[in-house]
Amino acid sequence: MTKFNDEQLKEFNRLVARYPEGKQKSALLPVLHLAQESFGGWLSAETMDYVAELLSITPIEVYEVATFYSMYNLKPVGKYMFEVCQTGPCMVNGCDDIIEYIGTKLGIKPGETTADGMFTLKTVECLGACGYAPMMQMGKHFREHLTKERVDAIIDECRKNAAANY
Amino acid sequence: MGVKLLLEKAHVPGIRYFETYRKEGGYRAVEKALKQLDPASIVEEVKKSGLRGRGGAGFPAGMKWSFIAKPEGVPRHLVCNADESEPGTFKDRYLMEFIPHLLIEGLIVSSFALGSNDTYIYIRGEYAWIVDILEQAIEEAKANGFLGKNILGTGFDCNIYVQRGAGAYICGEETALIESLEGKRGNPRIKPPFPAIEGLWRRPTVVNNVETLAAVVPIINMGGDEYAKIGVGRSTGTKLISACGNINKPGVYEIDMTISVEEFIYSDEYCGGIANGKRLKACIPGGSSVPILPANLLLKTAKGETRYMNYESLSDGGFATGSMMGSGGFIVLDEDQCIVKNTYTLARFYRHESCGQCSPCREGTGWMEKILKNIDTGKGKMSDIDLLWDIQRKIEGNTICPLGDAAAWPVAAAIRHFRDEFEWHVNHPEEAQKRNYGLAHYADPIHVPA
Repeated sequence: MTKFNDEQLKEFNRLVARYPEGKQKSALLPVLHLAQESFGGWLSAETMDYVAELLSITPIEVYEVATFYSMYNLKPVGKYMFEVCQTGPCMVNGCDDIIEYIGTKLGIKPGETTADGMFTLKTVECLGACGYAPMMQMGKHFREHLTKERVDAIIDECRKNAAANY
Repeated sequence: MGVKLLLEKAHVPGIRYFETYRKEGGYRAVEKALKQLDPASIVEEVKKSGLRGRGGAGFPAGMKWSFIAKPEGVPRHLVCNADESEPGTFKDRYLMEFIPHLLIEGLIVSSFALGSNDTYIYIRGEYAWIVDILEQAIEEAKANGFLGKNILGTGFDCNIYVQRGAGAYICGEETALIESLEGKRGNPRIKPPFPAIEGLWRRPTVVNNVETLAAVVPIINMGGDEYAKIGVGRSTGTKLISACGNINKPGVYEIDMTISVEEFIYSDEYCGGIANGKRLKACIPGGSSVPILPANLLLKTAKGETRYMNYESLSDGGFATGSMMGSGGFIVLDEDQCIVKNTYTLARFYRHESCGQCSPCREGTGWMEKILKNIDTGKGKMSDIDLLWDIQRKIEGNTICPLGDAAAWPVAAAIRHFRDEFEWHVNHPEEAQKRNYGLAHYADPIHVPA
C-alpha cells in the first residue's frame, strides 16, 4: 500500500507548513514531486488518491494538476530517464543527432523504456541551459555540452551504478 | 570593461555561502533599508532608479510596486518569478546558482518595502538542484538574523519559501504562476483585477523576476539617482544577457546597455564572434518570443544607425524592422542555419506550452507547428506561407495572456524577413528533405571590428 514513511511524512509536513492555515492545497506541486520520488518515479492513481487524502482535497484536484505539468510521470519509467532538450538553441547545436544516437544505442525511440527497465528516453522543451547545449536532464541534474562520447560515458556510468547498487 | 553591479562578485570563491558574501559587503542593503529607510522611501528609490522589470515586459518596477493595495489587516505577498523557461534565456539560473545571497538580499529589502512577511520564490521544476542552493542560502540568512522574526532587531518579520514548479512555461506568466502557487493548473487569469489588488490567495501581490529583485540591492546601496546614471535613456542600470547559438563564447554577460550589438557579438569581452569562422545570418535578441532579425537589421536600424543593446534601440522601427530586449535571451544563428527549421522548432515549443485555455492559442499553435513541419520537410505548398501569416495574425492579441503573442511573433518575423527561404523550401522539396539548406545568400556581409 502507498504510504509515506516517517521521514517522508516529516518532509510533507515541512512543505505544508509554508502556507497559511487552510491553504494547504498550495503544497500540491511539491508534494507530488515528493510522492513521485518516493514511489518509483511515477504517479499511480493510488498515489494521487493518497496525496488528495493527505492534503484534504478531492482526487480530481490532484489529477488535473498531475496531467497538466510535464514533469509528472503518469506511467512507469526507467531507472534512469534521459530528458533531452530539443528546443531552439539545443537544435542549433545538434540535439537531433544526440537524440538519434541515444535512441540507436539503447534500441528505443523517444517516449520508450528499454526492455530491462533501465533507461527511458524522452524529448523535452527548453530546460534553460541554452548556453551549454546540447543537453539533457537526468534526475535532479543537468548533463550539458553533450557529445556522442559523453553520452557513451553517461550510459556506462548508469550501468555501473545500477550494478553496484543491485 | 562595462559596469558590473550584479555579477561583480560572482567569481569570488565561496560567494555562494553567507560568510563569504557578507565579507564581500553583502547584506549592507538590508541593514540600510531596515535601519535607515522606510518602505515608502525604498519604493521611491526604486522609482528614481528607472529599473524596468527584467523578465521580458520591461514595465517600471517602482511603478508596479506603487500599485499594490494596502488595506489594513490584509496580508500582502511578494513572489519572485524564477520560472525562467523562455528558450534562449538562462541568466536567472546563473544568478541563483552562483550568487544566491544577492537574490535573498534583494528579496528581504523588497519584502520590507512591500510589507510582505511571507515571500515565495517560484522556481521552474527542472532547476531542482538550485532549490537546494536557495534553501541553504535562506537557512544561512536566517541563522545570521537576516530572516525570520525581528530581523536585525527592527521588528520586521520575514520568511522566504521556495516553491518548485513542475514543467510548464506558461507559469512564467504572473497570474498563471499565482494559480500554480495555489496548487492548481497554470491557467492565466483574466486581468483586471491585477495581482497588486488580488493576487496570491486573492491578497495583494507583487510578482517580480529574479534579476529585477537582485537589482534592488545595488539600487539601495548606491541610491536610485546614481543607479539611473548608468546606462542610457530609459534603459537604466545593467542588464544580464544570456548569449547562445552559433557563437564562440556562449554565457551570461552583464552589460550597461551602452554597447552596440556588433560589439556584443564580435568583441572578446562578450560573445567572441561567430563560431567556426562562419558569417552571421540572424539573431533573436530577447528570448524566443521576440521577432528574429536578419543580420543587416540587427547591426543597423532601418535608418542605417548603429543598433545598441538597450530597450529603445532594439525596438527601433517597431516589429517591421526592429525587435525587443525581452528577457535578454540572445540567440545567434550562423549562415548554415535554416530559418524554417528554427521557426518550426519554436512553434512546436509554443504548441507544447499552450495551456489550452484560449481557442486561438490552443488551435493556432498546433496548426502553425503542422504547417511549418510540412514546409520544413518539403511537403509544403506556396499557399501555406500565406496561411501561416493569416493564422499568426488571428492569434496575436486574442488571448488572455501573452503566450499567444509569443507564439505568433516568431512566425510573423520569420515570414516578414525570410519569406524567400520559405518559398525556397516549397520550390526545392527534395533538398529541403535532405536538410541541404543552401541558403547562405542570406548571410549579409558585415563589418567585423579589428
